[in-house]
Amino acid sequence: MKQQSPLQLFVEDLDVTFGSGSTATHALKKLSLSLHHGESLGLVGESGSGKSTLAKVLTGIYGFDSGRAVVAGHELTPGRRKPLKDRRALQMIPQDPYSSLSPRRTAGQTIAEALDPKGADTKKHRATVIEWLERVELPPESADKYPYEFSGGQRQRIAIARALCINPKIIIADEITSALDLSVQAEVLDLLGQLRRELELTMIFISHNLAVVRHVSDRVAVLFHGELMEEGDAEAVFRNPQAEYTRQLLNSVPGRPGFNLRPDRAAA
Amino acid sequence: MTMANEAQAAPTQKKQKRRLHPILLAGLIIMTVVVLIGIFAPMWFSESANVQSNDRRMPISADHPLGTDEFGRDLFSRALVATRLTLLLTVAASAISVVIGVTIGTLVWFMPPRVRQLIVGANSVAVAFPNLVIALIIAAILGPGAWTAAFAVGIASVPAFVRLTVNMSSPIMARDYVTTAHLLRVSKYKLIGRHVLPNMAEPLLILTASNFAVTLVELSGLSFIGLGVQSPDYDYGLLLSDALTMIYAQPTQVIGPAVMIVLAGLGAMLIGDGLAASSNPRTRGQRRAMRTGTLRPAPAAANEQAKEQEAAREAAEDPEDEIDVRVRDLRVTAANGTELVKGIDFDVRRREIVGLVGESGSGKSLTAMTLCGLTPEGVTATAGTLVAAGHNMLEPVSSRELAQDIALVYQDPMSTFNPALKLNTQLTEVARTHLGMRPSRARRKLIERFEQLKITSPEHRIGQHPHELSGGMLQRAMIASSLLAEAKLIVADEPTTALDVTVQAEVLRQFVSATQELDASVLFISHDLGVVEALCDRVLVMYRGEIVEELTAEQLGSRRVEHPYTRKLLDAAEYVEAL
Repeated sequence: MKQQSPLQLFVEDLDVTFGSGSTATHALKKLSLSLHHGESLGLVGESGSGKSTLAKVLTGIYGFDSGRAVVAGHELTPGRRKPLKDRRALQMIPQDPYSSLSPRRTAGQTIAEALDPKGADTKKHRATVIEWLERVELPPESADKYPYEFSGGQRQRIAIARALCINPKIIIADEITSALDLSVQAEVLDLLGQLRRELELTMIFISHNLAVVRHVSDRVAVLFHGELMEEGDAEAVFRNPQAEYTRQLLNSVPGRPGFNLRPDRAAA
Repeated sequence: MTMANEAQAAPTQKKQKRRLHPILLAGLIIMTVVVLIGIFAPMWFSESANVQSNDRRMPISADHPLGTDEFGRDLFSRALVATRLTLLLTVAASAISVVIGVTIGTLVWFMPPRVRQLIVGANSVAVAFPNLVIALIIAAILGPGAWTAAFAVGIASVPAFVRLTVNMSSPIMARDYVTTAHLLRVSKYKLIGRHVLPNMAEPLLILTASNFAVTLVELSGLSFIGLGVQSPDYDYGLLLSDALTMIYAQPTQVIGPAVMIVLAGLGAMLIGDGLAASSNPRTRGQRRAMRTGTLRPAPAAANEQAKEQEAAREAAEDPEDEIDVRVRDLRVTAANGTELVKGIDFDVRRREIVGLVGESGSGKSLTAMTLCGLTPEGVTATAGTLVAAGHNMLEPVSSRELAQDIALVYQDPMSTFNPALKLNTQLTEVARTHLGMRPSRARRKLIERFEQLKITSPEHRIGQHPHELSGGMLQRAMIASSLLAEAKLIVADEPTTALDVTVQAEVLRQFVSATQELDASVLFISHDLGVVEALCDRVLVMYRGEIVEELTAEQLGSRRVEHPYTRKLLDAAEYVEAL
């Protein structure tokens, strides 16, 4: 539906292998994906499917063996292991709310560092910091609080604000709700969905739960053992999955017709 | 105002003023005295310390508290005046070790892996030599002198700081906030200053303080053998060396420098130990009596309590009663007086699967742990009745019986296993130590349970270490071990929260069929109404320490819930899952 907008991310025949010889693991096999401006892609798969590997290749933390990867106009070269010079090309929201914020820095200092990595001056950027805190529905006085004073959900909101405040071209959200309580997950997802519409984010949302992904994605890509199983419109994949593996994935979501735990109840 | 009063006055106030740890206080007082001596002694006593007089080799007297030396100089004054130079040299040497050590220790993380391995390896070799030996070699090469000695001693302590810094910054470098700062293009020096150093400041300060004492002794040693401070300047070491020549004729001459070395060293050591003690929450020294949780009968009216106790005994003794868990008026109170669980009642019948649902902080895990007799540290629990698996938990129960009848499955499989032990060793521990099972029999039974939980190639798996298995496999293994003893009651605290949804469904399915085969009752704790609905016969919804609603699976399935909080949980489940 947004095919006419410019291409922000382009991945073709991407191959990533860890280790060598008999212990080598093929993390990504000939993976091809693309993402247009303002579009959101849900990347779904279980642990070991290669979804986090893809995120780390795109951020430049891991290198790749062969294929092409173009991130916001910057071509990544195979073997390179370094983040892009252009920090506005891509930013990431990490998974674990307890490791994503430095315990010794206030929320304000954390966001100010993103705005200005050299000085990280909280006084100078006070207005912008508070604007972003309000955008993620946190009160302005949170700016002077330390991470231990926040709940897991609130910490993830701060991490979201930190990633979005420099207006990056691509955002990668790596399992950002999986460590949260269900009710908090719903709130954080709701917020992200809302921000996505307001700010026209170009986003890759990674999760192991297909049901979570559909609220914040236009398209869904399902990965299994480093290979693309299925790709398509989010709601369509959710309602009418084509690949057998996608069906399995959906049946393990609590509440789906296929989610049955009690053999004694299956008969009833 | 004491801590206890303060806590009572403002239980919600988070930032409580911390009193200085007594050891730290003692160290700071001693160190302040030594530093003051270092500042003021040269101003007040330099004349009596340095000007020669005819009162040579005087014994201890009112005029000369420690006597005089062969040039008639007052020994007491000399010991005090020497403090300034000694402290300056020690501070300089410590600064060299800390600055160079910490700089190398943090910067290695920005070097290519091979260079890092080379530096860390070379440093490990350097750590193996005693500091003093290295200091002696450097001092011998550079020649005698006060500042070259300080340099030598400082360099000799660098490897210890490099090693500590490398080891401590290693987990910090892997943290998400460091990765994010990296992606935000924060420069490496800023990254070290803002994120790495502040998060390891405490252990660094502790080592610095202890190292100060060691440096002081080493510097005095170099001066003592003539490689350090040279006459006419003097520090503690040189004073000691002067005293040595006359040790038999005038033994009192050693008292001054010896006492001062001990005092300054003790001050630094006590500061180090005090910092270490106050950075460890366990030894912060407040409310010693409250350190482990206690569980006692509710202080109800005597006859009512007796009645409750009677009921508990009946429930415990009567096997036909079909009640595995009976909880009446369970209250859990935190050390600061906040009530975390506010008097809840519930039962679990035999073969029943009961879900306990709520958010983090609702008190569900506290309830479950107290029920198993594992009241967490720092809280007090009281109950009118507390029966678990037929045992009255308010009376002493043997650990053997508890191990036999109650099994626990924890949330995070990665942190509940000991990474150094093979699965067989740790999973059969309860069966071997409490049930007296022979190792071969325990092993056989574990293999059976592994098969039951569909763990692939069980014979091979039990010989593996935890890191060789995936999270789902580990959680199955833990469930398998909890089933070894054929428990009557299984308490599962969010056993699948850390797992992928696909794995969760598989693990739960096998968990249910295994517990049903054992005829065990299950208390299943979760924050996920979707899972609980599919799994449990009955669901208790817990909110802020109270059970706000009790539902049957059928009521939950048809959405007949009353409490607004349950509604909220259901909405969340519908949003995140697909209910």
